Amino acid sequence: MTSDTPRPAAGAPKQRGRARRRLNSALRMFAALVFAGGIYAIVAPGGAQGAAPLTPAAEAGKALYDVSCITCHGANAQGVPGRGPSLIGVGSAAVEFQVETGRMPAARQEAQAERKDPHYNVDQARQLGAFIQELGGGPQLPEGEDFASKGKIARGGELYRINCSSCHAFSGGGGALSSGKYAPSLELATDRQIYAAMLTGPQNMPVFGDNELSPQDKFDIIAYVQNLKTDSDPGGWGLGRFGPVTEGLAIFLVGVVALVFAALWIAGKS
Amino acid sequence: MKRRKLDLKALPGKSAQEVDTRLPVATPLRGVLNKVFPDHWSFLLGEIALFSFIILLLTGTFLALFFEPSLQEVHYDGSYLPLQGVQMSRAYETALDLSFDVRGGLIMRQMHHWSALLFMAAIVVHMFRVFMTGAFRKPREINWIIGLSMFWLGFTEGFAGYSLPDDALSGTGLRIASAIMLSIPVIGSWVTTSLFGGEFPGEIILTRLYILHVFLLPLILLALVSIHVGLVFVQKHTQWPGPGRTNKNVVGERMFPRYAIKQGGFFMLVFAVIALMGGLFQINPIWLFGPYEAAVVSAGSQPDWYVMFLDGSTRLMPAWDIRVLGYNIPPLFWPTVVLPGILSVVPMAYPWIERRWKKDYASHNLLQRPRDVPDRTGLAAMALTFYLVLTISGGNDIFADKFHISLNAMTWAGRIGILVLPPLAYYFARRLSLGLQQHDREVLAHGVETGIIKRLPDGRFVEVHQPLVAPDEHGHTDLPYVGWTVPKKMNRLGALGPAVRGFFRPIEQAPPPQQEQEQPRDEITSGKH
Repeated sequence: MTSDTPRPAAGAPKQRGRARRRLNSALRMFAALVFAGGIYAIVAPGGAQGAAPLTPAAEAGKALYDVSCITCHGANAQGVPGRGPSLIGVGSAAVEFQVETGRMPAARQEAQAERKDPHYNVDQARQLGAFIQELGGGPQLPEGEDFASKGKIARGGELYRINCSSCHAFSGGGGALSSGKYAPSLELATDRQIYAAMLTGPQNMPVFGDNELSPQDKFDIIAYVQNLKTDSDPGGWGLGRFGPVTEGLAIFLVGVVALVFAALWIAGKS
Repeated sequence: MKRRKLDLKALPGKSAQEVDTRLPVATPLRGVLNKVFPDHWSFLLGEIALFSFIILLLTGTFLALFFEPSLQEVHYDGSYLPLQGVQMSRAYETALDLSFDVRGGLIMRQMHHWSALLFMAAIVVHMFRVFMTGAFRKPREINWIIGLSMFWLGFTEGFAGYSLPDDALSGTGLRIASAIMLSIPVIGSWVTTSLFGGEFPGEIILTRLYILHVFLLPLILLALVSIHVGLVFVQKHTQWPGPGRTNKNVVGERMFPRYAIKQGGFFMLVFAVIALMGGLFQINPIWLFGPYEAAVVSAGSQPDWYVMFLDGSTRLMPAWDIRVLGYNIPPLFWPTVVLPGILSVVPMAYPWIERRWKKDYASHNLLQRPRDVPDRTGLAAMALTFYLVLTISGGNDIFADKFHISLNAMTWAGRIGILVLPPLAYYFARRLSLGLQQHDREVLAHGVETGIIKRLPDGRFVEVHQPLVAPDEHGHTDLPYVGWTVPKKMNRLGALGPAVRGFFRPIEQAPPPQQEQEQPRDEITSGKH
């Protein structure tokens, strides 16, 4: 407004009165606008950014979000039809799972996003998680990195066989679902990732909320899965732990081939 | 009086004399020991099955000493930690104990399982040999039927063994078997409740499968194996055509000592391969599957490979509900009861089908090369393709997952493949046989390709052939085809220098090349065209 303030004119009292009138009305207008704006600011629901300032971690996460995620999930994580779902309410657990396993950012649209080398490191994934968490809330992972030691292996095994093995197979090696979808191998999954997967049900996986599997149940399952991976096959080479398919292949490729050569050798010695 | 010491030289003859005076076995034994067997590698495939059967009996006896087929509920208290305290059946517990707490139990279990797979594999390979060479023809039709019966008995025996440990995989298999039996119209539920003693799983099934697996079926198999081998003795082994070999004689080696020694060595080799596989490759890790519970069905639950084709046929079968007289016949009935029914009856009837088809009612002791009977070779290729498509479809979820193919695409590829590929295989195998036949005739008529191209004075090029006998004025030879290998390479005719001995690397010095440059180059004149 200061710029609008008329400069003191030389002489001309008539002009001076007019200028004051103008100044007065301008000030009243300004006051009214400020009042109306103030009322609106108090009464109206909090804006996207105005309500609570982001924590520094979430702020950093938002910077990453605006670079990598915004194209498919939208400027306010509301989702873009045909590209990506809304992230409001998915929670930091889902974000950490998808980003830490390299599934997000996705390379392309297909039946299912594949695990690949993560684009962001663990800290960045958590920053992104903090941003989404502060944006819309949702399930969060418990603190700590080591969940396996909190669980009981044998009970985890029972829970795993009933809840998980129908897709991830007895070996944790994964299995096929319909139309190109699949349950991935658990070979590379960390404790936090397995927990997050159960909690949030990424892609085609069902959600195992705390009502279905309590946090202790989840720790038990994680303990079993991690033990399954360290369990060296006592019977020799595990043939990928695929079950009878590779066993059938082995008996022909190794057993029958070796013995046909043996037969050739023996019959040749006459 | 000085007693003479034992005369070692006279001992065998003397003791044999002693035996023969009490048991008159010399005359029949002489016939058996002098029995002549023709020698060819393809005649040893059935022996692989026989030897794996012996190893199955030996390892199975060991396992039976520790296994208890009981469905009594227990809590596991063995040395495998991840199952500590888990509720399970006594059968599964003893199977786990065999794997972890019985000394040598795991390798025995694994050898037993690998030899079971090898037994079935060798039966199938042997069966294809017999089929493609026409060894099933008169007078050996009965042995063909016995062989086929042994395949199905082995199939049942294997499935019973697979079901015994009562892990999640075997329980799932048993559940499917009960569903298959339930799908049989009219008698299905009666058959199932009789076998299981009520509803699945009941409490009696393991005991019944056990007596089937360790007593009844092995006994029947043993009897059939004896008849099978006995018939080979009585009817004599078939042989390939060749010099001095006719439909009326057998050319080969005597049973004793050479053939017996070779067979003994071969048994040791089969034993070695099974022992190596049992020690190196893990098979059926029951501890990973966990105890059977109705709610537990793991991904990748497959039967052993010889049952997998029925799993495949079930996966490919569309869910067609067919109603007959107002009753619904479950879709499961067609691929799991009707299909194996056809697959067991039609091959058994095949010797007679072929007799009428080819109008060949004679007795045959000479084998046919697969190329000489293109129709039959085509049928074999067709059957093999049919079986392969079904078997691959039986594991299609594993293939889909590991090779990143859509499972639905695999299923449809199997559905289309099962209709399209076998006729194609028939066509190609038949054409291949005819082509090979033609090439044989060509070599007989013109000689072996030398790989030498000659340019004639008028500019034409001709390939020089080496005739097998002296050619007539047209450069042709008129040799009959005798049903055996025709030489196709010059070194088969001894045209190359002596071969250097040694496997992979020479163990002797190669002789210096003979200097034959002195001779004029137009030495090669024979066999124009």
